Amino acid sequence: MEILMAIVIGILFMTATYLMLSKSLLRIIVGTGLLSHGAHLLILTMGGLKRGSAPILGGNAENYTDPLPQALILTAIVISFGVTAFFLVLAYRSYQELGTDNVEEMRGTEQND
Amino acid sequence: MAQRVTAVFSSIATLIVSFLNVQKVKNAGIQTLNISSWDAPFGITLVSDMFSAILVFTTSLIAFLCLLYSFKAIGEAREKYYYYPVFHFLLVGVNGAFTTGDIFNLFVFFEVMLMSSYVLLVLGGTKIQLRESIKYLLVNIISSALFVIAVAYLYSVVGTLNMAHISARISEVSTNGMPGILTVIAVLFLIVFGIKGAIFPLYFWMPGSYYAPPAPVLALFGALLTKVGVYSITRTYTLFFYHDRDFTFQLLSILAILSVVAGVIGAIAYWDVKKIIIYNIIVAIGVILYGVSVMNPTAITGSVYYLIHDMLIKAALFLLVGVIVAITGTSNLKQISGLITRYPGLGWTFFIAALSLAGIPPLSGFVGKLLIVQGGAAGESYIGAGLVLMSSLLVLFSVMKIFIHGFWGQTRFYKGEDKVPVKWLLISPVILVVMSALFGVGSESFLPYISQAAETLTDPRIYIEAVLKE
Repeated sequence: MEILMAIVIGILFMTATYLMLSKSLLRIIVGTGLLSHGAHLLILTMGGLKRGSAPILGGNAENYTDPLPQALILTAIVISFGVTAFFLVLAYRSYQELGTDNVEEMRGTEQND
Repeated sequence: MAQRVTAVFSSIATLIVSFLNVQKVKNAGIQTLNISSWDAPFGITLVSDMFSAILVFTTSLIAFLCLLYSFKAIGEAREKYYYYPVFHFLLVGVNGAFTTGDIFNLFVFFEVMLMSSYVLLVLGGTKIQLRESIKYLLVNIISSALFVIAVAYLYSVVGTLNMAHISARISEVSTNGMPGILTVIAVLFLIVFGIKGAIFPLYFWMPGSYYAPPAPVLALFGALLTKVGVYSITRTYTLFFYHDRDFTFQLLSILAILSVVAGVIGAIAYWDVKKIIIYNIIVAIGVILYGVSVMNPTAITGSVYYLIHDMLIKAALFLLVGVIVAITGTSNLKQISGLITRYPGLGWTFFIAALSLAGIPPLSGFVGKLLIVQGGAAGESYIGAGLVLMSSLLVLFSVMKIFIHGFWGQTRFYKGEDKVPVKWLLISPVILVVMSALFGVGSESFLPYISQAAETLTDPRIYIEAVLKE
């Protein structure tokens, strides 16, 4: 199961890298979304996917899944959610101000280079 | 107005408390606090050893002075849109990152710091700020994702997140050298913190992004943000990955030396005052990490000393550059000349700051660099030590270029310069330069603190025992 997850996460990272190297800003943002999905799934996988009951006491189960990675993912999800929201608004604002969503055209300082 | 008063009071309070904390650590050893009384490896532990205590103190000092500078420099529009709250969130992130004893908590504090830095960078919404914020944001999103990945790998190997506990477990499995997977994780951590701290191949985002924000924000970024990356590399490499010196420390050393080289090339190439100082950050990071990579007590002491010095002097230089840009309305060195006849105070402060940056003996840059070079020579890494010495010359050249072309020569008059409150703006950089001079002249009295910090870094057992209470 871990091997399958590793392959899927690898594909997510690959897609994210490809999208982040493109010119359109929205594709880049979609790429960051996929990147964070990959990272979150990786935490889950790395914590171990051995079978066990959901980490809620009272189920009277023999063993439980590891609760720590789930807490880490929850934290990482809200953080990346906040950052993505900010990034989307920034992209919207810069589309209004700069009149382009092509990152090739967002170069240089006022004078030159 | 109410915002300003609250901000000043809270900054002064932080300054006093962090000073008391330094004294406390000095007298009573490493201070640890288990949040909500969960014992060490299970809850989050905050650890204040001397290294983090002095960094928190320096941060509070720089923050207070940048705050004073902001009053006249930042403008009402930015103040109205939550400049001071975001400013303080940045400090929360930095101080938290310096003090935490948990690797995932470090990630969270990084995000607190980065999120506020995004807002500070874009606040005001000019075109250049929008453009550069996009790049800065993207680079940091990628490095944060890599941080999460690195933490996930490390967790799957050692099964814990508490830094002292990780260190103890890594030494359990590393009796005959570190296993390969831990070396890989060490390099991954180097990439993650290298992006945040702008080391050699990963500094590409910095010159552009730091060009955009206004002077007090730039001073905060230049003095604090990259130094958090440097702190994290130092912490993880001295605490976790000290078993396999041949590979990881060799790599760190090569990258540090290349950062010095890349930094000086940038610093002497530009005719733009902001760019010159920005490239000097990269040089300083290279010098500090070179000292860490040599990893003997002398070089580590030098690195800690140089880190503190560099935070003070970079803040001072960016604030001074801010004054120059405010007076002349441009950062192009070719359009500035003869400032010394009309602004002697600014000129001489800049001159002393420049000498201090290059490491001229009575000033603070000297002691750190001397110890790093001595340590490098003692570790028989002569090429690195030689290049660090050579770099001082080119750093001196790059800042003297600003002094000679900007302050000497024909006196010019600039549009709107009489509206600039130069006297008020000079208060903070003058205090910083005086502090930096005192830090150099009185290095004997600061050295006990610095060597106590270096002691924890060279011997991780002190840290582990303080946290896990074995």
